[in-house]
Amino acid sequence: MKSIETDSNWTMEISSRSGWFDIDLSELWRYRDLIVLFVRRDFVANYKQSVLGPLWFLLQPLLTTIVFTIIFSYIANISTDGLPPFLFYISGIVTWTYFANCMTQTSNTFINNAAIFGKVYFPRLVLPVSVAITNFLAFAIQFCLFLIFLVYYYLNGSIIKPNIWILLIPFLLIQMAALGLGTGILISSLTTKYRDLAFALGFGVQLWMYATPVVYPLSQIPLKWQWVFALNPMTAIIETFRYAFLGTDAIQPWFLGVSLIMTILILTLGIVLFSRVEKTFMDTI
Amino acid sequence: MSEVVIRIENLSKEYRLGTISHGTLYQDLQSGWAKFLGKEDPNAKIGSINRGQLNSTNDRFCALKDISFDVCQGEIVGIIGRNGAGKSTLLKIISRVTAPTKGTIKVKGRIASLLEVGTGFHPELTGRENIFLNGAILGMHKREIEQKFDEIVKFSEIGTFIDTPVKRYSSGMYVRLAFAVAAYLEPEILVVDEVLAVGDAAFQKKCLGKMGTIAKEGRTILFVSHNMGAIQSICQRGIWINDGSIIEDGEISHVVNQYLQEGADKITGKKNWTGLQRPGNNWIKLHSVTLKDSKGNITSQINISEDAVFEIEYEVKEGVRAQFSLVLSDVNGFCIFGSLSNTEENVYHGKTLHAGNYLSKCYLYGNLLNNRRYYVSIIGMTDYWLDGFCADHVLSFDAMDDAKLKRDYPGEYGGVIRPKLVWETERLTQ
Repeated sequence: MKSIETDSNWTMEISSRSGWFDIDLSELWRYRDLIVLFVRRDFVANYKQSVLGPLWFLLQPLLTTIVFTIIFSYIANISTDGLPPFLFYISGIVTWTYFANCMTQTSNTFINNAAIFGKVYFPRLVLPVSVAITNFLAFAIQFCLFLIFLVYYYLNGSIIKPNIWILLIPFLLIQMAALGLGTGILISSLTTKYRDLAFALGFGVQLWMYATPVVYPLSQIPLKWQWVFALNPMTAIIETFRYAFLGTDAIQPWFLGVSLIMTILILTLGIVLFSRVEKTFMDTI
Repeated sequence: MSEVVIRIENLSKEYRLGTISHGTLYQDLQSGWAKFLGKEDPNAKIGSINRGQLNSTNDRFCALKDISFDVCQGEIVGIIGRNGAGKSTLLKIISRVTAPTKGTIKVKGRIASLLEVGTGFHPELTGRENIFLNGAILGMHKREIEQKFDEIVKFSEIGTFIDTPVKRYSSGMYVRLAFAVAAYLEPEILVVDEVLAVGDAAFQKKCLGKMGTIAKEGRTILFVSHNMGAIQSICQRGIWINDGSIIEDGEISHVVNQYLQEGADKITGKKNWTGLQRPGNNWIKLHSVTLKDSKGNITSQINISEDAVFEIEYEVKEGVRAQFSLVLSDVNGFCIFGSLSNTEENVYHGKTLHAGNYLSKCYLYGNLLNNRRYYVSIIGMTDYWLDGFCADHVLSFDAMDDAKLKRDYPGEYGGVIRPKLVWETERLTQ
C-alpha cells in the first residue's frame, strides 16, 4: 500500500459544539431506512398489545366528538356557525389530535431514549421525525373517518360547501407536522434540564386546545381580540381546514401568514436547541 | 505506512461535577433571582456558602486531557488502562455518543461501535427485526443488510431462535448477535469496548478470529479490553491511557509490559506519589499509602487472623490539623466501613501541626475481614472537617484465610467481613 497523507476527504469530523444550526439533513436522508423501521415498530406496537387493535384510531376521535357534541353544543349551546355540530367538532378534533400527538410524543425524545442514545450514534432527529410520520398514518385513518361523515351529511342535505381551499390541505398538514415537531423537540430539549416541564406539558396541551378554535368557531371571538388568536399558529390551520371542507366564513389570509411565520420561528428555535442538546445531553442526564 | 483513517487532535473532555442546575425550572429561577439581588442562593448546598467563588478547577473533571494520535487503515489498536482512565470516554467520543470539549477527531469511513451488549436492541422485537433495526442504526441500507443476513445468523449461532423476541435470549446469545451484526455489516472502522467478556471461551476465540479477518480486509479496529491475552493476540499497536493522558503508544507487547509493571507498584502494597500527582488540598499533600502485615513487611496479602497496619505519609503546611478517614470497599465499590483518625488520643489531637512531614498509622486488627479482596480509599480533611479531598482506590489487597478460626468447619463465611465475636454456652437446667 502507498503512503497517502491527504488532509482532505475526511468523511466525518467530530469537534466540540459548533454553529447554531448544526443539523445535517443529508445525513437524516441517509438514515431513511431507520426512520421507516421506527415508524413500523411504533405503529405496530401501538395496536399489537391492545384488545381493540387499530380500532382505537377510530374510537378515540369518535368518542371525543360525541362528548363534545353533547357538552358544548347541546348543553352549553355554543355556536357552530350553522354547521352540523358533529361535523364541526370532528373536523377540529382530528386535526388537533395530529398536532397534539406529534408534540407530546416528540417531547420526551431524550428522556425516553437515554439508554440507546448513550450507547450508539445515529442522527437524533430520526426519532422525532419518525414520530411525526407514525402519527400521520393515524391521522390518515382518522381523516377517512371524517370524510365518511362529510359525505353522509352532504347526502343528507346539510349546507356544506367544500371549495378550492382544499388544495391548501397538503401544505397545512406539513405545516402542522412541522409545528408539532418544532414544539415537541423544543420541549424535549428543555426537559433534559428541567424535568418539571414534562408534567406541565399534559396540562399545557389541554389549555392550548381551549385557546384554539376547536370547540368554538373563530367568529365567536370579538374582532378586537382576534389578533391574539392569530398569534396561535394552530388557529389559522384549523380554521382553514374547516373552511376548505365545510365552507364557513372565510379565513383572512393574513392569519395564515402569521401562522406560517410562527411555525417557522418555533421549528427553527426547536432545531437550534435540539442540535445543541443532542451532543452533550448524555453528560447531564 | 498506509492511509490515516482516524486523526485525533488535542482531544479533551471535561465533565462538570456537582450541581449544574437544580433540575427544576422553579429552583433555577429562584437561584437566579437571588443572585440578581446579591443574596445567598437559597438552593446552595450547606457548606459551600463560605467558600465564595467556586474554584472552577475543582468542579470540573478532566476525563481526557489533550490527546492526539493517528490510526492507519487496517490497524488493530488495543487501548488499555485502569478503570476510569478515560478509555471508554474516548470510545464514546469516537462513536459520537457525546461531544468533546476541545479538539477534533477526523474520520474516514463508516464507524460501527459496540460499546455495550445489545446496543440498540429492542427487547420486544425478534432477532430478525433487531438485525435490521441495528443495521439501520449503524447506517446501513435495507438491501445491504439483506445481503449479509444469512452470514450474520450463521455466525451468531442463533439458529431457530431468530424469530424469537430478544428479551428471551440469554446474555450469551445477545452478545453473539450484537457482535455478528457489527462485524458483518462491514463498517470501515469497528470500535469494540469490553463486550466479549460475556460470551463463552469458544465464542470469544471466534470473535477474536473474526476481528483478525476484518483487519486483513483493510478495515480498522479500536479495541478496549482488560484481557491482556486477547489484546496481545490480535493487536499490533497498543495505547495505554492513564488519568486521561496517553502514557505509552507503540508496539503492543511493549505497552502491555509497561502497563503491567505500573500495576505491580500497587500489588506491592505501597502507593507512592510524586510532584503534581500527589493527592491533597492546599494544606495537606499525601506522599504514600502503605499496607504492612503483622511482621512489618510491605504486602498486598494479609492473613485475616493477624493484625495489619496502614501507613499514610503526608506533608502538612504550618498551622492546620490533618484528619483522615480510611475507607474500605469491596470489589463492587460498596463501602464496607470508614475509620476516622479522630479516635487517636496522642498529643496532636485537636492541636495544629507544625509544617513538615508526618506519618499516621491506622491499625487493622486481625479477625475482622473475610477471605476476599478489598480496596482502600483515603479521605483527608483539615480543621473542622473542611476542605476534604479523596484519593480513591489507592491500594487493593487480598485478605487470606488461614482457616485457624474455622477449625473443622469446611465451608466459607458469607458476608464482606468476618469478625471474631465472643460466644458462650451454658447449661440452663440440671
